[in-house]
Amino acid sequence: MAEKPRVATASLCGCFGCHMSLLDIDERILQLVDLVTFDRTPLTDIKTLGDCDLGLIEGGVANAENVEVLREFRRRCKTLVAVGACAVNGGIPAMRNQFSLAECLRESYCDGVGVHNPGIPNDPEIPLLLNQVHPIHEVVAIDYFLPGCPPSADAIWTFLTEFLEGRPIAFPYTQIHFD
Amino acid sequence: MSKTFKLDGREIPFETGQTIMDAALAAGVYIPHLCHNPEFAPHGSCRVCVVDIGGRQVSACTAAASEGLEVDNSSEAIQETRRAILQMLFVEGNHVCPACEKSGACQLQAVAYYTGMLAPHFTHFFPRRSVDASHPDVVIDFNRCILCELCVRASRDHDGKRVFAISGRGLESHLVIDSHSGLLGDSSFAATDKAAHVCPTGAILPKGRGYETPIGERLYDREPISIVGDVRAHEEEVV
Repeated sequence: MAEKPRVATASLCGCFGCHMSLLDIDERILQLVDLVTFDRTPLTDIKTLGDCDLGLIEGGVANAENVEVLREFRRRCKTLVAVGACAVNGGIPAMRNQFSLAECLRESYCDGVGVHNPGIPNDPEIPLLLNQVHPIHEVVAIDYFLPGCPPSADAIWTFLTEFLEGRPIAFPYTQIHFD
Repeated sequence: MSKTFKLDGREIPFETGQTIMDAALAAGVYIPHLCHNPEFAPHGSCRVCVVDIGGRQVSACTAAASEGLEVDNSSEAIQETRRAILQMLFVEGNHVCPACEKSGACQLQAVAYYTGMLAPHFTHFFPRRSVDASHPDVVIDFNRCILCELCVRASRDHDGKRVFAISGRGLESHLVIDSHSGLLGDSSFAATDKAAHVCPTGAILPKGRGYETPIGERLYDREPISIVGDVRAHEEEVV
């Protein structure tokens, strides 16, 4: 028997809502674990990404670590999917693009309500923020886009089952929404 | 009414002077559109009503119907052109549907769903445009404006006020307001104006009315715009 397809997932500048929506497939997760093997994902303990057939990315690209993780996923995954509004077009976090990064940092860490010990964190352990939040297709090539904030469990299930069967992916009208 | 043309192989009757869009709408055939509103003169700016006539792509809202035309309104090639046009509209503004009160009842979003657009693909402009909340009853988020000029036309041709105009050139084109401060609150605009109720996006919105309709019951939640029709046709339900 051929080895099961390997699936990895990651959350970049995301809220983990798309992962929760994935878990909303409920008991179908038992079918899913029969169909695939999970590699690095927030749902496993695996720290480094192996070679995978499918990578699911939630969240946009907001900091240097996001870029590094996303490029690693592109290198390791045959098929890479933008899951959710943030990965697709930057989403709500990209609303910070209305302001300069300096304005955002000053508001959060210096001038904001209830700030003690004002000062912008500068430990090298902390990844630097990018000037703007970007959709992931502006950093690496993306094979599929699954819109929604988050995409419904049914949309994710449609995608996974059609993809794993090697069929062209088509969604019923009610499964596609941008919100 | 004996004259006809063919739209996707179907005979559509028309009268002299009607556009392809007029005749199709009268015959109950949907051609996607954003800047078109039969109450006002055709505009031809959004281009999503593009159809193919003998290998030439024209906007159905401005092209005159004529005897014996063969018009393609639904091939994959035409839908692909429309998707590309919509993608350009989406990346030019900040269309953050998850945070927009118009989501679910937005014509821009509904046409994108209709054409099967999943993502904007192009590089986002992330423009930094202001929000004008100076008016007591209505707010304008210029980040969502697609320059369809429906508010311009409604204010000029219906309300007789000329509150709006488009200023600037090229990518700098933007909606401006006729008041000494440039703010809506200092203009003669009123929430009862026609211009307050024609925006096909979430750019012009009534204040204090957001998120009233449960998800699942919004205008385009269950059926596509080709069946439901324009936001305009449901004014009393959604406003």
